Formats: sequence, C-alpha cells, structure tokens
Amino acid sequence: MHYMLLIYAAEGGLGDMPPEAQEAEMAKWRGYSEEMRTAGVMVAGDALQPTATATSVRMTDGQMLVTDGPFAETKEALGGYYLLNVDSLDDAIAWAKKCPGVGYGTIELRPVMVFEP
Amino acid sequence: MPRGRVRHDRTAPGHGLRALTRQRTPGFDEVFRQEWARAVAIIARATGDLGLAEDAVQDAFAIALTRWPRDGTPQNPAGWIVTVARNRALDLLRRARVQTRVLEQRARLDALVADDDEVDEMVIPDERLALIFTCCHPALSLDAQVALTLRLVGGLETPEIARAFIVPEATMAQRLVRAKRKVRDAGIPIRTPDADELPERLNAVLAVLYLIFNQGYSTPARADLADEAIQLTALLADLLPAQAEVLGLQALLLLQHSRRATRIGLDGRLMLLEEQDRSAWDRHAIATGLDALGRAAALDASGPYQLQAAIAAVHARASGSAETDWRAIVALYGMLHAVLPSPVVGLNRAAAVSLADGPQAALPLLAALEADLGDYHLLHSARGDMLRRLGRDQDALVAYRRALELAPSDGERRFLERRISALSGEPDELI
Repeated sequence: MHYMLLIYAAEGGLGDMPPEAQEAEMAKWRGYSEEMRTAGVMVAGDALQPTATATSVRMTDGQMLVTDGPFAETKEALGGYYLLNVDSLDDAIAWAKKCPGVGYGTIELRPVMVFEP
Repeated sequence: MPRGRVRHDRTAPGHGLRALTRQRTPGFDEVFRQEWARAVAIIARATGDLGLAEDAVQDAFAIALTRWPRDGTPQNPAGWIVTVARNRALDLLRRARVQTRVLEQRARLDALVADDDEVDEMVIPDERLALIFTCCHPALSLDAQVALTLRLVGGLETPEIARAFIVPEATMAQRLVRAKRKVRDAGIPIRTPDADELPERLNAVLAVLYLIFNQGYSTPARADLADEAIQLTALLADLLPAQAEVLGLQALLLLQHSRRATRIGLDGRLMLLEEQDRSAWDRHAIATGLDALGRAAALDASGPYQLQAAIAAVHARASGSAETDWRAIVALYGMLHAVLPSPVVGLNRAAAVSLADGPQAALPLLAALEADLGDYHLLHSARGDMLRRLGRDQDALVAYRRALELAPSDGERRFLERRISALSGEPDELI
C-alpha cells in the first residue's frame, strides 16, 4: 500500500524561531526523513513554500480561472497530487488546466521548497 | 498622446529621487520616463527577480543624478542606465547567500553587458512587453497587478500609488513587496505569453490599464492616473501594433479623456453629455483617439473596447446631443451586447433607444432589466429621465428618489438632488 502523509501546520512557525531552535527543528525533520529512507518506506517527500506563493486553477461557468491564493473551500478535500518538474509557473498552470479534476474541483499549485546544502 | 508633458507628480518634493537635483539635471525626466521600464524589464528578465531589478534601476537613476550634472549626460543614456543597473544588481547579489539560483542570476547579468562593450554603442533589447505581462499575471491579485504595473512599468513611486488608491503608504509598500515576492517564489516567469495564451493574457493586461484609467477618471484630483493609463496603453499599442483591442482601448481612453474638462461642473456634480460644453473637449485627444480607432477598425477584429470607443467616437463627432447619430449608437450597443452580454450594456442601449426612438420605446427595455439592476442607481435615474421627458413628473420623482437612495458618490447625489428639486419645484438650497 502507498500512503500519503499530509502535514498541516500554522505558517511561519519555523521562521519566527531563533536560529539555534530553527536548526534543531530542521535536524528533527532530516532525522525523520533519514529514518524512513533507511527503513525503505519513503517514496518521496517535500516541503512546500508558504501559501503566499499559491495559485489556484479552477473552472467557473466553463471558463478556466487562474487566481492568486490557496484553495479555501472546506467541504472539498484533498484527493490526490502530482509532482511536476517544469520551468515556470506558466508551465505548471498549463498542465493544471488539462487535469480532469479541474472540471469539478480546484487545483492548487505550490512551489516545492529548495534547501541549499 | 501627451508624451511630452511635464510630470509634475514625479518631481514633487518628498519623492524617491531628490526633486531639486532632478530639476537641475537637464534631460533627466525625459530619460527616466523613456528608460525606466526598459531597464527594469532587462534586469528582471536576466534575474527573474522584480524586486532586485527595481532596486538596481532605482539606484542607477540615483547615481545618474549625482554624475550627470558633473560629467554631462551620456551620449547613450539608456545604455548607461542599464550598465550601471546591471553592476548594481551584481553588487546586491554579492551580498546574497550563494545559492545555485544566485550563481545563475550572476551569469545572466554578466552576459548582458560584456566588460569591453562601449556603452555608447549598446543596443538595448526591448523586454518591456514581458514585464507588462508579468505584472498583470493572473496568479497575482488584481490589486497587486495594478500596483506592480504602476510601479515597475509606469515608474510611479510607492507613495503616489498609495495616494491614488487611498490606502496608507505602508499598505501599498507591503502589497508591492508581497507581489514581487510571489513572482519570485512562485516562479512566475518574466515572458511574453505564447500565441495560444495571448488573447486571454492580453485581456487581463487591458483590464488592469482600464482600471487604472477609471481610478483616475472617477476622481478629478487623481487625473494623473488617467494620463498614466493612456501612456501605458500607447506603449502597449507600440509593442503590439496588430492587436485590435489594444488600439480599441487606446481610442476609448483618449475619447473619454477628451471630455475631462467638462465632466464635472463647478459645483462638483457630474455633467451629462448633453450639458457639456463641447467646445472645451480636447480636440487633440479626440483626433488621436479617432486615429487609433481607425487603425483598430482596419484590423477587422472588433471587440468590446473597440465597440465602446466607436460609441464614444459618435459622441465626439457630434456638435450636440440633438446632432448625435443615436441610431448608430443603438446599433453599436447591440453589437457590444452580443460580445459583452451584461445588463449594464443593456441599460446603455435602452438609454440610446430613448433618444433615437423616444422614451416610450425604451421604458419596456428598462423593465426587462429590473431583475438584474434593481439596486443600480443608474437604472432608476434613466427611468426618471424617460418619465420626465414624457411629462410624467410624479412617476419621475419616485424614480429619481430611488436613484438618490442608491447613488454611491457625492457628485451623483448632487446631480439627482437637482433633478428632484427641478421637478418638485423646491429651491435647491432646501434639498
């Protein structure tokens, strides 16, 4: 079986910590990833950039609508994900517009965080 | 096009680049107006970072203000600004933490100007179109699109934009910072859309420009914004000469703007088209607008902006309300309604019908719009006008009073109060 762990948390928590606490927190995450990798259970995992970078694509009255901001409806639930490797948000939007789910739901696009060594 | 006009707004005291030095630097404002967006666009394209581009170009112009009065204005000011801005951007990047991204940005900036290039012979590529499309990207909120366009393409200072949109300066600064950060972090590319996305993306740009214009047009104190929108639209028309709707919007803005001196009466109330002193309409703006409209029409692809401009052109050509070709206007509103089926277009069409065929013919059209526009003051105000013209004063008063309850601005309320007092025989002062 494949399972996806979805991590929800208040934004900006890490950034508000002093550097040492931040580093300690990051070390916990790295350790956790490493443990899962060693156990051979981790397929993929990423941190996302904050919701301020989010863009939503949905269909309204047959019109494709691209808007600033994250997905905000509460009665609809996360139903799946694709991880894309493309050059820019425009390419990601073009793929999102082709997604069958865009006809009845919203596709939220968030860039993946890149951690430099 | 008021291209050569003096930009009092940018030389006002208290604004970014020191006003006094500017005034004593011949040619500076001209170079700033022409080269600001071009330089921002080039640095932004090379780095993918609007904030960095803005800071680097701002610094380059500040350096110009200290050097040019001393050393003379360079032969190729555009090349000078881009070269200095590029060097500033490299300086700023040197302070940034070294990341893959920063190394790529440096490499692209390095490639922009080779060290042995003669600044005087530099040919500056035009990346402004890409910058405009990025500022008006749909992944940004409309507020952010407007603010970014005015700051990065128009070169307006943050306090000016804040005043124009009646928000605190800190709010506008924050809005700009967030927008630039979103462009950078979300990976919004600085590029001109491909042909298949162009119509949709161009519509978004035109909507931003029209919004900027209307913000200036609706408030006389902010008329600078209307000028700014006209300049930005002219720039877009230069960059996309085969797009009929860009020319259509340019024509529409110029024709509306030609009436700016007569739209508001001395007492601050809105003047109807029929009451305006047409001799005070700006003939130069009308001629430029009609020229743009002619070029739009020649492209044989009519759209909402071009049709609205065509309607404005019928008014511009007529010497008065009685001489206006109302049937042509009814026909144009019909075409506009076909491409833009909004009830407000229907309302304008009904008003034109009342002038072409009489109020009796138009009243049923208004009744049909009641469901959509029942809370819209202009529907009731139009009904009041039609009933008044039919001599049904009591019914007209009811309609005007309803309009007064719903009217959003002082100018419109004052206009309606006059109408009501004229019909009810009460002197103005008591209203």
